[in-house]
Amino acid sequence: MGPLAPNEIITENTNLFLAFIVGIGFGFILEQAGFSSSRKLAGVFYGYDMVVLKVFFTGAITAMLGLLFFSLFGWIDLDLVYVNETYLYSAIVGGVIMGLGFILGGFCPGTSFCGAAIGKIDAMLFVVGLFIGVLIFQEGYPLWEGLFKAEYMGTPRVSESLGLSYGLFALMLIVVAVGMFWVAEWAEKKFPREEY
Amino acid sequence: MAEETLQLRKTRYLNPYIAGVILGLVLLAANYFSGRGLGASGAIKSTIVATVKTIAPSHANSAPFYKEELEKHPGNPLNSWLVFQMLGVLVGGFLSGVISRRLTFKVEHSPKISSKRRLIFATLGGILFGFGSQLGRGCTSGSALSGMAVLSLGGFISMMAIFGSGFMFAYFFRKNWI
Repeated sequence: MGPLAPNEIITENTNLFLAFIVGIGFGFILEQAGFSSSRKLAGVFYGYDMVVLKVFFTGAITAMLGLLFFSLFGWIDLDLVYVNETYLYSAIVGGVIMGLGFILGGFCPGTSFCGAAIGKIDAMLFVVGLFIGVLIFQEGYPLWEGLFKAEYMGTPRVSESLGLSYGLFALMLIVVAVGMFWVAEWAEKKFPREEY
Repeated sequence: MAEETLQLRKTRYLNPYIAGVILGLVLLAANYFSGRGLGASGAIKSTIVATVKTIAPSHANSAPFYKEELEKHPGNPLNSWLVFQMLGVLVGGFLSGVISRRLTFKVEHSPKISSKRRLIFATLGGILFGFGSQLGRGCTSGSALSGMAVLSLGGFISMMAIFGSGFMFAYFFRKNWI
């Protein structure tokens, strides 16, 4: 029963090898979807190209449903699957800084590696910027350590926070996503797009 | 002839919904194998920690961040899941570029701005994104996408903060894109 590495069904080395294989799939599909292009990615913020929203939410829903079904079939123990910790303030402030970085740079970290892999020079400089930004955080750590660790809430799931069952929240998320896809299709018709 | 050039120039990408389903399956596989989702910025963190540990060991032993990090994850920082996964991303992105004939060195930018301006903004954006990803404990992949798949509250907050902030600032930087 999964997850395989935490259940010690596969060795640590096999796990790292699988990380490489999963990464190939991740990079390949990001590039195929057009995420190596900053103009395509930034489109989501102006409505002329909504590929980010479509791929991102389809991906999140697919994985969420997959995990639910795997758990239902007894293939995976969801208690052993990592749930991201919630530190309220740093999540918000960090997210706002990332959003500003997104609109300035036109990439996020994963997509910039993809762009760099096919020769986009702007993506390569974004990657250089990433290293600088991470280094600044690490070197100046005492300055923002307080904010970084403030308002720790544990590892709650949204469904628990809202008092809903896992499955009901999943269904609601799908309905919301379908609504957003509809808006996305409308936006792409409304805002002109050039070929790039 | 003109039609042929147009055909050649047009970059064909995969249908976004199909791409999304495949991305979701990749994320599911990551969770099934390792019990964790995908990520990108974590690999950069590990790489820098490893570099500092190698070239400035005394700094790594005394500076608070590295001390905390090396206590949490003993052993070689480069032996991490995300480092191997990101090496895979470079290979996967490259293979996709080969197959779809998109391998070219170029600076992609709107015709309304210069290459130089694009490169300056790309670097600045990278610095901010890098910093924000550390403060927010993960970027679009690790916190927002992977977090949402397991319904993590933090993941949803990250997602809303990243995209909300992008929309909020979009107006001020519209010249760069539209």
